[in-house]
Amino acid sequence: MTFYRSTVLVSVDPLCVEKGAYELIDTLQDELIKQGLLDEVQVLETPRLGDPETLGPDIVVYPEGTHYTNITYFDIPRLVEEHFIKGRILKQYAATMIDAIDEELTAPKSKEIRVVLENIGVIDPRNIEDYFAKDGYMALGKVLTEMTPEEVIQEILDAKLRGRGGAGFPTGLKWKFARQAEGDVKYVICNADEGDPGAFMNRRVLEGDPHSVIEGMCIAAYAIGAQQGYIYCRAEYPIAVSTMNLAIKQARSIGLLGKNILGTNFSFDLEIRMGAGAFVCGEETALMASIEGSRGEPRARPPFPANKGLWGKPTNINNVETYANVPRIIQKGADWFASMGTEKSKGTKTFALAGDVNNTGLIEVPFGITLREIIFDVGGGIKGNKKFKAVQTGGPMGGCLPESLLDLPVDYETLGQAGSIMGSGGMIVMDEGTCMVDIARFFMEFTQDESCGKCVPCRVGTHRLLEILEKICAGDGEEGDIEELEELSDQIKRNSLCGLGQGAPNPVVSTLEHFMDEYKAHIYEKRCPAKVCRALIKYEIMDGPCTGCTVCARNCPVNAISGERKETHVIDQDICIKCGICFQVCKFDAINIT
Amino acid sequence: MPSVTLNEEETIQEVRKIVERIGSTRADLIPVLQAITNQFGVISQTTMLELSTLMNLPTKEIHSVATFYRMLSTQARGRHVVQFCESAPCHVVGGREVFASLKEALSLEPGQTSPDNKWTLLTTSCLGVCGIGPVLLIDTDLYGNVTPEQVEDILSRYE
Repeated sequence: MTFYRSTVLVSVDPLCVEKGAYELIDTLQDELIKQGLLDEVQVLETPRLGDPETLGPDIVVYPEGTHYTNITYFDIPRLVEEHFIKGRILKQYAATMIDAIDEELTAPKSKEIRVVLENIGVIDPRNIEDYFAKDGYMALGKVLTEMTPEEVIQEILDAKLRGRGGAGFPTGLKWKFARQAEGDVKYVICNADEGDPGAFMNRRVLEGDPHSVIEGMCIAAYAIGAQQGYIYCRAEYPIAVSTMNLAIKQARSIGLLGKNILGTNFSFDLEIRMGAGAFVCGEETALMASIEGSRGEPRARPPFPANKGLWGKPTNINNVETYANVPRIIQKGADWFASMGTEKSKGTKTFALAGDVNNTGLIEVPFGITLREIIFDVGGGIKGNKKFKAVQTGGPMGGCLPESLLDLPVDYETLGQAGSIMGSGGMIVMDEGTCMVDIARFFMEFTQDESCGKCVPCRVGTHRLLEILEKICAGDGEEGDIEELEELSDQIKRNSLCGLGQGAPNPVVSTLEHFMDEYKAHIYEKRCPAKVCRALIKYEIMDGPCTGCTVCARNCPVNAISGERKETHVIDQDICIKCGICFQVCKFDAINIT
Repeated sequence: MPSVTLNEEETIQEVRKIVERIGSTRADLIPVLQAITNQFGVISQTTMLELSTLMNLPTKEIHSVATFYRMLSTQARGRHVVQFCESAPCHVVGGREVFASLKEALSLEPGQTSPDNKWTLLTTSCLGVCGIGPVLLIDTDLYGNVTPEQVEDILSRYE
């Protein structure tokens, strides 16, 4: 790794690119060459640094941490001269009051432990030498020269590493089965089809620390005896794909992939396969069908991939985060890893916090932390001082958990018992303004849409569930709907072919269990307590606060509002389409929703 | 997106080039279809027939794969493809209002293409940038923290 005197981070988020971030980088490079500073100053691209409202492009110079905004390529020669040659801050552009932030990944909070995310934002993902500087590929070296495949598997078993894709199957056991399976040709696959809405942990690992995944896969390949690996990455992540491709090329060019790795008999190579926009391809058998070039439809298991996987050969398939944990376990030992977490769930887990929480973004916490600690300590509480209502964990196949369950320690078992799942790590926080029936309907819309259609319980069942929920949200719910939802959910859960169908009813079941009152209010009182479901709410203009400014009447798309200037306006309920625009535009809070 | 409309003969030539570059085994089918969608915006009947010969696969197999994946398209798309993220994190931070205003501004429902061939409106699965929701993607430009009021302005940037 080359050591630089200074590092310049240039924000290349879309807004800054539009304003010429790349032209700025080019000019900066040229100027550094001209001044002979290329060996001293490193220029890196980074996600958004500051407030999107600043004029951009932003750059931050380390180690000083000087943040310049609103700077263009015209100013670069002066900046280089002042900052890098004379060592003076160019005050004109320095935004001293703004702290540089990476919106997705801020500095670790007190209850966080960074293992998988350790290198992210710290090393240059496009330079393999940065990974070496963080002891990269040391674990692979150790494995290939000092350990037998059986010892590697034992180490992973001792660490009690479990699948981070969500199901939590012991990784070491999976490897053992694949090792024991008969056959000369075996494969390892990395499942990078991170399709859960709200989950982007794997994307950041692929984009920020690609070599940890490659190293983990190499170790797995050595342990099970595979010669070829595939990374199945979703096409919605173009930056992840290009970063991984570059990382693979770099690893190959210095003999860390390919024939006779590190001079041993072990040969292994990797290829990236891109998804084409099908959520179900995150299911392992569907994923393999997709790599083979078919429709991504799941098949019944057994046979499990460890025995009959890709092209019928024994295959080990793990998630991105699982592989990224492997080099650290080999290097620091199973005991170190097993010292974190709960009895059955060891280590740490990354989560993507989203929704109505103050600090959205990526976090990594040890298993056993409570949901309350995650949301209020790490996440900084609910936005706008509103009240917490529910947290949805595990993606669209997960459940919504209420306030009363916030003190549950987070691990695979407790979340399962509470009616949700660990899933891949999406965590959506909802405040009191969220209607739980609407949320259940929303998730059913997703699963119904993403159901591949192969098996009847999932294809037809999710559709029926959605119909009933839509009916309830439209104010047409009737006696017996709740019972039918319960019955259908049970049938779909028990009879579906793959995890998608088996998990699909979870949002409905968990909201029924924890928020039955809301269902009842919708069905029997024709009322939406959160005031979200349009058919069940009414907009009215209050006599007192209304000043008769006519803004609402002018903005109403259907001309439902009438009234003279300076007199209280009235909404004609027969014409009103409940779009809520009047509520948004009223400056006097005169619109009441009932 | 295609800038010129190719005739059948030219299309076939281009398809042959793509297959030559990517490969003609079964496992290459999805990458090939992906490349065709990117280049032509659509996988046409002509293309599928040609692929059937080149890759030695029944046309029905190609059709079945092409219609399964969201990113592969058997229907022609407009010059600009607007994709709105309809995932939960965007939904809970005001995505529903943005989507309504988007549909109104374009006068399109998801899946439709405008009569002047300028716009196609689609919904997309999560783009993984949930920290800045609601999010929409126009061609390859990503817009985050979108409000209903900004929609008109964003759309007006496209010719």
